[in-house]
Amino acid sequence: MSRRYPDSVAGPYEPPPKTFTDAHGHRIRVEHYDGEFDALVEMYLQFDPEDRAQGIPPTGEDRIRTWLETLLNDGCVNVVAKHDDGPVGHATLVPDDDGTYELAIFVLREYQGAGVGTELIKSLLAAGRESGIETVWLTVERWNNAAIALYKNVGFEPSDTNSFELEMAARLE
Amino acid sequence: MNVLLGIGGSEDSIHALERTIERSREAGDELTIAILENPDSDLDQQELYDRVEAELQAQQFDAEIHVLSGHPGSQLLEFAESEGTDLIVLGGGETSPLGKVQLGSIAEFVLLNAQTSVTLVR
Repeated sequence: MSRRYPDSVAGPYEPPPKTFTDAHGHRIRVEHYDGEFDALVEMYLQFDPEDRAQGIPPTGEDRIRTWLETLLNDGCVNVVAKHDDGPVGHATLVPDDDGTYELAIFVLREYQGAGVGTELIKSLLAAGRESGIETVWLTVERWNNAAIALYKNVGFEPSDTNSFELEMAARLE
Repeated sequence: MNVLLGIGGSEDSIHALERTIERSREAGDELTIAILENPDSDLDQQELYDRVEAELQAQQFDAEIHVLSGHPGSQLLEFAESEGTDLIVLGGGETSPLGKVQLGSIAEFVLLNAQTSVTLVR
């Protein structure tokens, strides 16, 4: 696969933890995943089905648990946004077979549009960079302009424009 | 019903092969299998042909097998029209490391250009 990466580094951003007030006035804390598996399962059970993309997050508690087990292991990087100590957003980097990482980010609907996603993804990119990850990529549905704008804003550029979904990539080192 | 299964050798197309033979046997459909050129596949067309024959034998079902060369999507659609196909069946996509479904380029072309209904096997 020939994926084009940007010449310049995204950010670099500050690694977690970070506390900020979002545009809805919530105090949000972004931190490394701390092993609270059940709290994340609970967040995904509340996830709006309209916000699913390309089959994830899966539906049903069993499928959510199986899926999260593949993301929340030592080879991956996971960052969680919390409000009142409960997760409201989660971002993850999962290794592929080529030594690079696939990125995805999830924010509960009532916390969207308030800057949580931007802070979460910046923290994830910084955490990935700390772990020695050099390049990351993602896919996004072409009609999802809000997501595409967010990704561009933090340093992603389109890397493959030939398929159904738009592929974008960023360089961390 | 005349069913045309197009496979190029990717993992999802092998899954579609097994499921479509099962389904055709249960439904009494007339099944034709087209072996497509897929540059991304680990199997070449001869290996894939052998795989199809073995699967048909294992499930004790008869289907015509055709090997198509050239651009896989357009060749499959041309063949479907010449055969009077009622339904085209394809693999339903691979998943990314994160578990996102990604449609292959053949499925994408066929979905957008087919005159018949298309089934993607999950």
